[in-house]
Amino acid sequence: MSAEPQTFAFSAENKAKADAIIAKYPAGRQRSAVIPLLDLAQRQNGGWLPRAAIAHVAEMLELAEIRVWEVATFYTMFNLEPVGRTCIEVCTTTPCWLRGSDAIVAALEDEVGVHLGETTSDGAITLREVECLGACVHAPMFQIGDDYFEDLTAEDVRAIVADIKAGRSPKPGSRIGRPGAAPASGPKVLTGKKA
Amino acid sequence: MPKVTVDGVEIEVAPGSTVLQACEQAGKEIPRFCYHDRLSIAGNCRMCLVEVSPGPPKPQASCALPVAEGQQIKTDSPMVKKARRGVMEMLLINHPLDCPICDQGGECDLQDQALFYGFDRSRFQENKRAVKDKDFGPLIKTQMTRCIHCTRCVRFATEVAGVEELGAIGRGENMEITTTIGQMVTSELSGNIIDLCPVGALTSKPFAFTARPWELRKTESVDVLDAVGSNIRIDARGSEVMRVLPRLNEAVNEEWLSDKSRFACDGLKRQRLDRPYVRENGRLREADWDEAFAAIAAKLKTMPATSVAAIAGDLADCESMLALKDLMAAVGSPNIDCRQDGAKLDAGARASYLFNATIAGIDDADALLIIGSNPRTEAAVLNARIRRRWLKGKFSVGAIGENVDLTYRAKHLGAGPRTLSDVLEGRDDFARVLEAAERPMIIIGSGAVARDDGAAVLATARAVAEKYGVVKDGWNGFCLLQRAASRVGGLDLGLVPGQGGRDVARILAGAASGEIGLVWLLGADEIDMNRLGSAFVVYQGHHGDAGAHRADVVLPGAAYTEKSGTYVNTEGRVQRANAAHFPLGEAKEDWAILRAMSGVIGKPLAYDNLAQLRARMAQANPVFGRVDAITPATWGPFGAAGAMSDAPFANLVANFYMTDPISRASVTMARCTELLGPNKGATGTHG
Repeated sequence: MSAEPQTFAFSAENKAKADAIIAKYPAGRQRSAVIPLLDLAQRQNGGWLPRAAIAHVAEMLELAEIRVWEVATFYTMFNLEPVGRTCIEVCTTTPCWLRGSDAIVAALEDEVGVHLGETTSDGAITLREVECLGACVHAPMFQIGDDYFEDLTAEDVRAIVADIKAGRSPKPGSRIGRPGAAPASGPKVLTGKKA
Repeated sequence: MPKVTVDGVEIEVAPGSTVLQACEQAGKEIPRFCYHDRLSIAGNCRMCLVEVSPGPPKPQASCALPVAEGQQIKTDSPMVKKARRGVMEMLLINHPLDCPICDQGGECDLQDQALFYGFDRSRFQENKRAVKDKDFGPLIKTQMTRCIHCTRCVRFATEVAGVEELGAIGRGENMEITTTIGQMVTSELSGNIIDLCPVGALTSKPFAFTARPWELRKTESVDVLDAVGSNIRIDARGSEVMRVLPRLNEAVNEEWLSDKSRFACDGLKRQRLDRPYVRENGRLREADWDEAFAAIAAKLKTMPATSVAAIAGDLADCESMLALKDLMAAVGSPNIDCRQDGAKLDAGARASYLFNATIAGIDDADALLIIGSNPRTEAAVLNARIRRRWLKGKFSVGAIGENVDLTYRAKHLGAGPRTLSDVLEGRDDFARVLEAAERPMIIIGSGAVARDDGAAVLATARAVAEKYGVVKDGWNGFCLLQRAASRVGGLDLGLVPGQGGRDVARILAGAASGEIGLVWLLGADEIDMNRLGSAFVVYQGHHGDAGAHRADVVLPGAAYTEKSGTYVNTEGRVQRANAAHFPLGEAKEDWAILRAMSGVIGKPLAYDNLAQLRARMAQANPVFGRVDAITPATWGPFGAAGAMSDAPFANLVANFYMTDPISRASVTMARCTELLGPNKGATGTHG
């Protein structure tokens, strides 16, 4: 794994984005931009936040480093250690668990070859267990980057992992194609209207 | 004013109060950990639960609930008792219960409240969590497993001390209090988080494992290591000061204490003078009192009275200063000075050397000009009050002098007297701020007037004060910030050169040229001893510092923890320090030494005990008749017109942790100097 970089600075493109984010807030309230800026920094830095990035965000927002550090450690979505290029975050909270997340986890671990909380030796994939991601109606599910993969079965998991390993982008969303959180057996209300 | 009922008793409370404050007003004790009346409300410990109706049918955190008209509050209902027990049980889940080896034991909020409000046993069977200890620096010992996450320390550092170095990282069970990674707490007020910590997570490092609180004899006294006059409690065991803690005084230090005042007490055990010494053949040898007095008396006989001089040091109490003045008068010498830094202060104009607005008056000011002072190092507790005023808003601060971080935003106007003239002439924009302010305030550092052009600086500052309404009916915002605990008292007693007498600079010049034959140093260590020439030096004091090394006769005196003494703080408040134990060895109280000396030379002073001496003090200046009170000074002319040099105002407190013989002898302060001082990180091999 790569060690802590000594310095961090936003790329020109991200600097412009960061300035646009800060500009959304009234003067003197730039600290409101701390979460979006940390997110931006994490995306630029391959999915994790080195200490230098936290210091850089603190400096941009005129905050004490500890204040930004508090935010970064509070949210589990911020990774403070390097992660794989693809990070698969499996929900195992009660609804997903009732709908078979154990089988999803087993399939994932089997297919990827590491346990939850670990990264493959080539740094390609990290597996992680997370708490409820708010997609209970499509349970079981996991998240890769910004995308949700829902209504999963063990076969789906194997297919998705195979796609990732092959460098393809698996299609996100419900694997059984149900739209808008409708019941599994099809929409029961608003059937007359087209979505 | 809303009326509420607390446990069946109807009371009226101030609008905006919290339910907790209402309960306190009704005389009900509410247990709490996170709530502290000088910090912002966090509401996270849940210990202060009470039952409030109307409201949801569940216990409410009283610290964060505002009172409302007609509220019925119950503080001892079955629901409240059960809720408190539940909270306490939860708090203790991850608390190690290692009280027998914890330094907080005996003065621990958690221990006390668990006893009174807790459940009688634990139902927790699982493993407790363990947390890695953090490095908070040389003063604060951490045992983070004991932390209950009240966040008082975080709020203190952020709000009062003004250093955002502490924070709570992680969440839920994994929450930890920590400093910015790899950093120590660098505030001058950091020791206060030890007092604030309701458990044993943050304890005093120098005091660790040395004593239990119930073994210590507690003496209420006054701090002398700066001129704030913080009220302290000295905890001693036998003839050893174990620790110093702050004592509540709303008008002075509230309940805070600077790190130097708190932790320099180990300096009281080192480098002490506990017997008289007389120099023989170039070496100091142990002597007894009679020999020492005889040596001085013999020397006095050999010279005219005008060749004798006396300088009072920074830690001297008023009793000994008056005795010194009376002794010099008995000898017939006019050469006496209490301003060893050479400050051009006029003992005749009391308003010129006082913090006239008073420390509590900072809360009323609405603009501040700081001239040649760094209150953060010169009076750390006072600086916290300025910061609090600044946090309230509508308070602009301008600073002339070194550009330093004061923990609040101050506009740096310039470095030297020229900027002060600019403000006076209205050329500097800050003049508009002072003009617009209703209660403007000026703080002049004692260093700004301890220059060759000090009198001119003082006069210019006075002109600024008069021009911009700093002094007017009902408000005197002209504040001279002293650094030495003895200075105001010395000036109040008139320890300045008499008719034709010499001040410190001229005493030193006279000693070098041979015109001054004997110099009596009453704890004066901050002068350049090399300039004393061949004069016969009597050093009366408690530490083997610069003065004792130069001395021909050493008279061992008592430190401030060993004598009952009067001190006048920078605002002119007369306060009494009390003895926590007797002076060491053969050392005596300083006034008594001077009284005995007067007897040896056949000119006994007119007092035989402290009461008589204090009566004489009140006679010399009526302010000493009013202890614990401030006698306001009348405004009058002071300072002297003249040219001011262009030299910038220097920062005279180079190292906050070592400013006097006591803190220089302290191992703790040496450690602070090494790790947090101006040259931090440098090792002994540097330079």
